[in-house]
Amino acid sequence: MIRFEQVYKRYANQQEALSGLSFELLSGEMAFLTGHSGAGKSTLLKLIALIERCSHGQVIVNNQNLSRLPKWKIPYYRRKIGLVFQDHNLLHDRTVFDNVALPLIISGENHREIGRRVRAALDKVGLLGKERSLPIALSGGEQQRVGIARAVVNRPPVLLADEPTGNLDPDLSREIMHLFEQFNQVGVTVFIASHDQDLINQMPYRHITLQQGKLADTVS
Amino acid sequence: MTFSNIHNYLLRHLQVMLSSLGELWRQPFATTMTLLVIGIALLLPAGLYVSLKNIEQISGEWEHANRISLFLQSGISDNRGQQLAEQLKTWPDIMDISYQSSQQSLNEFREISGLDSLLETLPENPLPAVIIVEPDENQQAEAIEALLDRLAALPDVEQAQLDMQWLQRLRSINNAGQRGISILATLLSLSVLLVIGNTIRLAILNRQTEIRVIKLVGGTNTFVRRPFLYTGMWYGLLGGVLTWITLLISLLIISGPIDELAALYDSQFSLRWYAGQMLFYLPLIGLVLGVMGAWLAVSRHLSAIEPS
Repeated sequence: MIRFEQVYKRYANQQEALSGLSFELLSGEMAFLTGHSGAGKSTLLKLIALIERCSHGQVIVNNQNLSRLPKWKIPYYRRKIGLVFQDHNLLHDRTVFDNVALPLIISGENHREIGRRVRAALDKVGLLGKERSLPIALSGGEQQRVGIARAVVNRPPVLLADEPTGNLDPDLSREIMHLFEQFNQVGVTVFIASHDQDLINQMPYRHITLQQGKLADTVS
Repeated sequence: MTFSNIHNYLLRHLQVMLSSLGELWRQPFATTMTLLVIGIALLLPAGLYVSLKNIEQISGEWEHANRISLFLQSGISDNRGQQLAEQLKTWPDIMDISYQSSQQSLNEFREISGLDSLLETLPENPLPAVIIVEPDENQQAEAIEALLDRLAALPDVEQAQLDMQWLQRLRSINNAGQRGISILATLLSLSVLLVIGNTIRLAILNRQTEIRVIKLVGGTNTFVRRPFLYTGMWYGLLGGVLTWITLLISLLIISGPIDELAALYDSQFSLRWYAGQMLFYLPLIGLVLGVMGAWLAVSRHLSAIEPS
């Protein structure tokens, strides 16, 4: 599903974030991306989401070589990738419903379909009663679940999360991880960057560990 | 595209169109300021355009006043004068002739001037007989000049005068004015473009998070651009309408004195407002400038956030 072949990413200031990285994530797999901060985790996720392009090598997602994807196709590609962020990236001037509906409005779904799918997504993350609330009125864990609902409302085959539990206490973190497991169980490929070793060691998934932009080891 | 897709698409446009209008409505102060700037910037060329159109109309009214007055030598009898008039009528480049005896000239002068008592004291009529010649309209200015020379050379003619010169002068002033207005209109349009572009740029800065999130969840540039283009459209459209209203108010204020002036000159002229024409063009020009300004502002921002 996601394949990196000898990927290098160098920034304008000559700093090399990734150097010669190769790995593969199978379709329907769930895996953790770990490593110290600055090891290149965020960069790696950005390359998959095409927020940035790699300097060398190939990133292939869903049989699509991303370096050959023209600019104008990027939005359509991103609709097939669910993104979850540490700081949620919610829009604070709109309700929970409107936040979750955003990807569907963008892809031009009709009104009834939007309502149906948003409620289904909110139901899955356990926030069905909070449709009309503003994000600011929710707790950190709830906000993150709104972020997850928004990421999955389009039913993407790939779900990426960058430190999704970074700001949450252990109990809430476990809940969020459990939510990702549930999406994985229905066939979504899930890739989560996290440095919360205690939490992810409790879970039976592969770790891909980065060290100074290189693969440290691959533990099953 | 299926029918339901098109339906969704149009519905979406309508929503964005109305919500961008609502956005302007919610910030009445900022919106009014911007609209006033646009209104004033467009008012100047629009006002000048209307004035020019009116001047053109005046000169058009006297287009046929392309006449030559022949003042005959004093002491020439009425008979002689009329004979000369008849004779001139046969010239191919003369369309019409009218003869006015010195007595008729005196009567006309008396009527206009109201100096009856003064004229009574004169020993004899000081005014000459006049033949008014209307040259063939289709002739070039040079041909008319040549005709003028030939008429002036006639022995019975004291002086031949073409009533055209001031009209030609007016017309050249008008032409110069038109160029000036074109330059002014271009510059001020550019400033409207920049004002709207800058306003939109501020709106973009206010909604940077939103744009970033929209792009992250798969929004196309078209989708991001759309609300801003509609905002630009509203600014331009409403600014154009405001210009139109201001223009009409200005014309209303000016029209009184203008009519008085026209009456003093004994003219049928009355100020034309071109209100219908302006109601069409001003909002249209505003709209085009608004959308262009918004497009420039958003495109600049979007290209800055493309992945590298």
